[in-house]
Amino acid sequence: MKIFTPRSAPYLFIAPALILLFLFSLLPIVIALVISFTDMDLAGLADYSNIRFVGFDNYADILRDASFVKAIGNTLFYVVFGVPFVILFSLSVALLINFGKSRVFDVFRAAFYMPSVTNVVAVAVVWSYLYNPSLGLFNTILNAVGLPGVRWLQDPVIAKISLIILALWRAIGLNMLIFLAAIKGIPKTYYEAAQLDGAGTWKQIRYITVPLLKFAIFFVTVTTLIGWLQFFEEPFVMTDGGPLEGTMSVALFVYKNGFQFSEFGYAAAGSFILFFAIIVLTLLQFKLQRHED
Amino acid sequence: MTTRQKAMQWLAGILLAVGGFLMVLPFLWMILSSFKPETEFARFPPTLWPETFTLGNFVELFGRMNFGVYLRNTLIIVFFSFIGMFLNAMAGFGFAKYRFRGRDPLFYLVLATLMIPGQVTMIPVYLILNKMGLTNTMTGIILPSLVGAFAIFLFRQFMSTIPDELLEAMRLDGAGEFRIFLQIALPVSASVLAVQGILTFIAGWNSFIWPLIIANDENLYTLSVGLQLLKGQYGSNYGLQMAGSSFMVVPILIVFLIFQRYIMDNYTISGIK
Repeated sequence: MKIFTPRSAPYLFIAPALILLFLFSLLPIVIALVISFTDMDLAGLADYSNIRFVGFDNYADILRDASFVKAIGNTLFYVVFGVPFVILFSLSVALLINFGKSRVFDVFRAAFYMPSVTNVVAVAVVWSYLYNPSLGLFNTILNAVGLPGVRWLQDPVIAKISLIILALWRAIGLNMLIFLAAIKGIPKTYYEAAQLDGAGTWKQIRYITVPLLKFAIFFVTVTTLIGWLQFFEEPFVMTDGGPLEGTMSVALFVYKNGFQFSEFGYAAAGSFILFFAIIVLTLLQFKLQRHED
Repeated sequence: MTTRQKAMQWLAGILLAVGGFLMVLPFLWMILSSFKPETEFARFPPTLWPETFTLGNFVELFGRMNFGVYLRNTLIIVFFSFIGMFLNAMAGFGFAKYRFRGRDPLFYLVLATLMIPGQVTMIPVYLILNKMGLTNTMTGIILPSLVGAFAIFLFRQFMSTIPDELLEAMRLDGAGEFRIFLQIALPVSASVLAVQGILTFIAGWNSFIWPLIIANDENLYTLSVGLQLLKGQYGSNYGLQMAGSSFMVVPILIVFLIFQRYIMDNYTISGIK
C-alpha cells in the first residue's frame, strides 16, 4: 500500500516540520501569554492546581522592579552603541574587500567571517582570559606601551563596552557577507558610466554603491536591532549580568527569573514586554523606511 | 592600473590585514596557549609562543574531565540535526511543488515563526517538554531546535525552480511521490543542501542553550555545556580552558575553511539585494 499518493503527499511532506514548529514555536507563544497572567512557579510546575490567575500583576510588578528597569537601560545602551558600530564596521569591511582585486582579499574575507562560526562558550572562555586584569593580553599590551590597565569586566560601564566589543567581533562576519552579496548585485555598467563621467573611487562609493545598498542597510539594521534587543549569550557566559547588574540585559533577566528563580509567570511577562518592544521598533523602522522612499 | 590606483589597493590591503589580524588574534592566542603548561600562565609578561610545548592539557580534558562523553553527545546532536535538515527539505518540497488546500496560510505561518524571539518561547518550551516527560533526556535536547523556518523557506525557494514536467515524467514512469523527492528534488538542490549541511553541522556542534536547560545529568552534557562547567570549576586553569576551547573551535574552523565558498554563496541564494 502506498501512503504517499499525489493527494496525500504534500501533507505528509510538510507534516513533521509543521508539527514540530507548532509544538515548539506557535503553541509556546500562547502558553507564554497565558502564564504571564498567572503566578506559575515551581509549586505550579509540580501541581497545576497551585497556579493562580493574577491578572496584570506580573506586568505591574516587573515595571517597578529596579533590576528590570536597569536591564532596560543596559539593553538601550547596547542598542544605541551596538547597532551603528555593527553596520559601520561590516559595511566598511565589505566595501574594502570588494574594492580589492587580488586573491589575498578572499583570505581577509575568511578572517573576518571566522568569529561568526565559533561557539559562544569557547569565545567567552578565550575572551575572559584576554580581558583578565593582570594576566590578560589586552592589559599586557597596554602596560607594555606605558598605559594603565583597564578594568574590562570589573567596572559596570566598561563591562558593557567590553561586551559590545566582543559582540561586534562576532557580528561583523555575517553582516559583511550580506553587504558583499548586495554589492555584487549592483550592475557593473553603473560604475562604467560613472568612470566615463570622471567620477573617482570615493565618488562611486558615495553616489552609486551606498545609495543602491539602501535595502541591504535597512535589512541589516532591522536584524541587528532585533539581535541587540535580545542580547543574551555574551552577558550570560561572560559576566552573568554583573558587576552590580551592570551588564544585565532584558533577555538575561527573563532567563534568570525563569530558570534560576523558577518565576515562570513573572519571566513570561518580562518576555512579552521584550516581544512588544521588538514589534514596535521593527514597525517603526519599516515606517521610516517607507517615509524615505 | 595607475600608480594612484595601486596605492589605493595597497592601502585597502593594509587596513584589512591589520583588521583581519585583530579578528584572528583571539584564535591564535587560544591555540598557542592550549599547548602551554599551567606554570607558564603565571609568567609576566605572558609568552605568546609557548616555551615548552605540552599536550598535557588535552590529555587531562579526556582523563580528568569527561570530554569523551561530551563529544559523543555533541556528535549525536549533530547527527539528529541532519535528520532535522531532511525534514526541512521535505517541507520545502511540499510547499514548493504541490497545490493543496491551506498551502499559503500554512506557509505564512511557518514564516511568522521567524519573528518569535527565543526568550518568549524558552520557558513554555521547557514547560511543554516537562509535561511530555522529556526533561533530562536526549530527545528533549534535540526536539526544540530540530526544524527551522528559514531552512524551509530556502528549500522552498530553490525547489520552486524544478520544472513540473520533470516530476510528471517520473510519475508517468510509475515513481511514487517520495521517490520523486529523493531522486529529483534532493539531487537538484545539491547547492542548498551543501550550504544547509554546513550550517546544520555548525549549529549542532555549537548547540548550547537547550542542552544546558534540559540536561541535569552530566552524561547528557554537550561540549559547550562541558566547557561552561570547566570555566566555572577550573576558572584559574587557563591551560585546560584554552585546550577545551581549542577542541571546540578548531574542528569548526577546519570545516569552515574547507567549505567556506558554499557559505558565502548562501547569501546570493537567499537573494538579499
